[in-house]
Amino acid sequence: MIALTFYVFAFILVACAVMVVTSRNPVHSVLALIACFFNASGLFLLAGAEFLAMILVIVYVGAVAVLFLFVVMMLDIDFVKMRAGVQRYAPIGAVVGGILFLELLLVLGTWQFSTDAQELRLAATPANITNTKAIGRILYTDYIYLFQISGLILLVAMIGAIVLTLRSSTNTRRQSVEAQLARLGAVESLDVPLRQGVRMDEVLRRQLPPPPPEAPKHSEHGGHH
Amino acid sequence: MDAFLDTNLGHLALTVAQTLALLVPVLIAVAYLTWAERKVLALMQMRKGPNMVGPFGMLQPFADAIKMLMKETIVPAGASRYLFLSAPMLTFLLAMIAWAVIPVNDGWAIADINVGILYLFAVSSLGVYGIIIAGWASNSKYAFLGALRSAAQMVSYEVSIGFVIVTVLLCVGSLNLTDIVRAQENLWFAIPLFPMFVIFFISALAETNRAPFDLPEGESELVAGFFVEYSSMSFALFFLGEYANMILMSALTTILFLGGWYPPLDIAPFNWLPGPAWFALKVAAILFCFIWVRATFPRYRYDQLMRLGWKIFLPFTLFWLVLTAFTLKLTGWLPA
Repeated sequence: MIALTFYVFAFILVACAVMVVTSRNPVHSVLALIACFFNASGLFLLAGAEFLAMILVIVYVGAVAVLFLFVVMMLDIDFVKMRAGVQRYAPIGAVVGGILFLELLLVLGTWQFSTDAQELRLAATPANITNTKAIGRILYTDYIYLFQISGLILLVAMIGAIVLTLRSSTNTRRQSVEAQLARLGAVESLDVPLRQGVRMDEVLRRQLPPPPPEAPKHSEHGGHH
Repeated sequence: MDAFLDTNLGHLALTVAQTLALLVPVLIAVAYLTWAERKVLALMQMRKGPNMVGPFGMLQPFADAIKMLMKETIVPAGASRYLFLSAPMLTFLLAMIAWAVIPVNDGWAIADINVGILYLFAVSSLGVYGIIIAGWASNSKYAFLGALRSAAQMVSYEVSIGFVIVTVLLCVGSLNLTDIVRAQENLWFAIPLFPMFVIFFISALAETNRAPFDLPEGESELVAGFFVEYSSMSFALFFLGEYANMILMSALTTILFLGGWYPPLDIAPFNWLPGPAWFALKVAAILFCFIWVRATFPRYRYDQLMRLGWKIFLPFTLFWLVLTAFTLKLTGWLPA
C-alpha cells in the first residue's frame, strides 16, 4: 500500500515537473510547480518526516510560489518573442544540460552507501521522540554555526534586494502617521446618547468657531431646494 | 462492532462518519453566521435586518442558498475556464480540510497529528491561491487588482501570525493542538500573552479579508474585487469558504489563547457545561467581535495596511517572542 502511494506521488511529481517546463503559459507552469511541491511534501510524509512536509508547504507553496505567481502574473509576456530565440539558444542549453547530466553520472558512479545507511533509513527519527524535536536537537546544537550562517546569507540577500530597489525620490508626499495622530483638535469625540443619535446642527455649532459676519451660513451648503 | 472497525472498510466508514459529524455542524454554523452577521450589523445600525423568511428571518440563509443554486453559472469570455471554475472549489476545499485537526474536546480531533498547528498554518497560507487564481482566471482588471492586493496582504500578515504561533509554542513545547489546549488548563494564554492575543485577532481579520482589511474586495474601488465575475454556485462557494475561514480562525484563536474546551474556572456553575459547548461559546464570542469590528471601523487604506503589518506588528511580535523566550529561560518555566 505504501509502495503504491509512493509511486502515485512520485509519478504525479515527475509529470508536474515536466509540465513546469513544457506548458506554454507561465502561470500554468507556476501552478504545476505548486503541484510538484505538494507531491514532494506527500513523499516526505510517507518517509515519516511530517515536520519537513509541513514546512515545505508553508515556505514554498505558501510564500515562495505566491511571489512567483505574483511576478509571473504581473509580467506582460510576449509569447512570440519568447519563442523567437529558441532556435539560437537550444544548442547552448543542450550543451549545458548535457554537461550537468554527465557530472551527475560521474557522481553516481562513485556513490557508495554508508554502512549503516540501511539501518538509518528504517528509523528516520530516534525512537520515542517527534521528528520536530529530533531536528531541533541536531540543528540547534551540532549545526548551530551553519544554521546561523545560512540565516546571515538570507539577511545579506534581503539587504541586497532592498538596496537594489530602493529609490529615494524627493517629490513623493509621505504620510507621517505620528504627526497626524499628534495633531490637537483635529478630531473631536462626542458622547452620543444610545438610540438617539445627535442632531447635526448642534454638533456643528459646538465644533465650529463663531463664523465671520460675511461668511455664508453653514446650513445653506447642504440639501437641495 | 470492534471487529468491523478494525477492518479497512470499517476504518473508512468511521472516518467518514466523524467527518460528517464535524462538517455538517460547521456548514450549519456558516449558514447561521451569515444570518447572525446581517442581524447583528442591523441591530448595531438600528435596523431590523432579515425578518421575513421564517421566525426572526432564520430561514433566510436557506432561501439565499436556494436562490444561488437556481442561478446560471456565467464564465466570462476570455477567462481561463478550468482555473476559473476550480478557484472557488479550492477556497471551499481548503476551508473544510483545515477542520480535520481541530480538537473540539479532549481527544475529539479527527486527525490528532503531531504537527497540527503547522498543518493549520499551511492550509491557511494556501487560502491565498483560491483568490489569486480567481483574480487571474477571470480576465478582468478589477478581479486582478483584488487578487494582487490579497496576495500581498495575506503573505504580509502570515509573518506576524507565524511569530505569534511560535510564541505560544514556546510556552507549550509541542506542535500538537490537543497539547496546546491542555497546557492552558490552569491559565489561558490570553492572559500572559495578551498583546499577542490582540495581534493574532487583528491578523486573523486581515488573513480572512474581513473589514477593516477587506481591500481585496473593497467595493468602493474594485466593485467586488477578486470575485467580481463570479455568479451562482461558484460565488456561493467563495462566500461559504470565507465564512468557514472566519469560523476556523476563531477556532484557532480559541485553541491558542482561550483554552479550547476548558471552562474559565473549574468550579460549579462553569463546569456544568460540557467541553464542546465551551468551545462553541468561545468561537461564537470571537465571531461576534469580527462582526462588531466590521460595524465599527472604516476600511484601511492599502499603504496603511502594509505599514501596520510590516512596521508595527512584525517588530512588535519579534520583540515579544524574544521577551517570552528570555522570561521562560530565566524563570525555568521552559517546557522540556
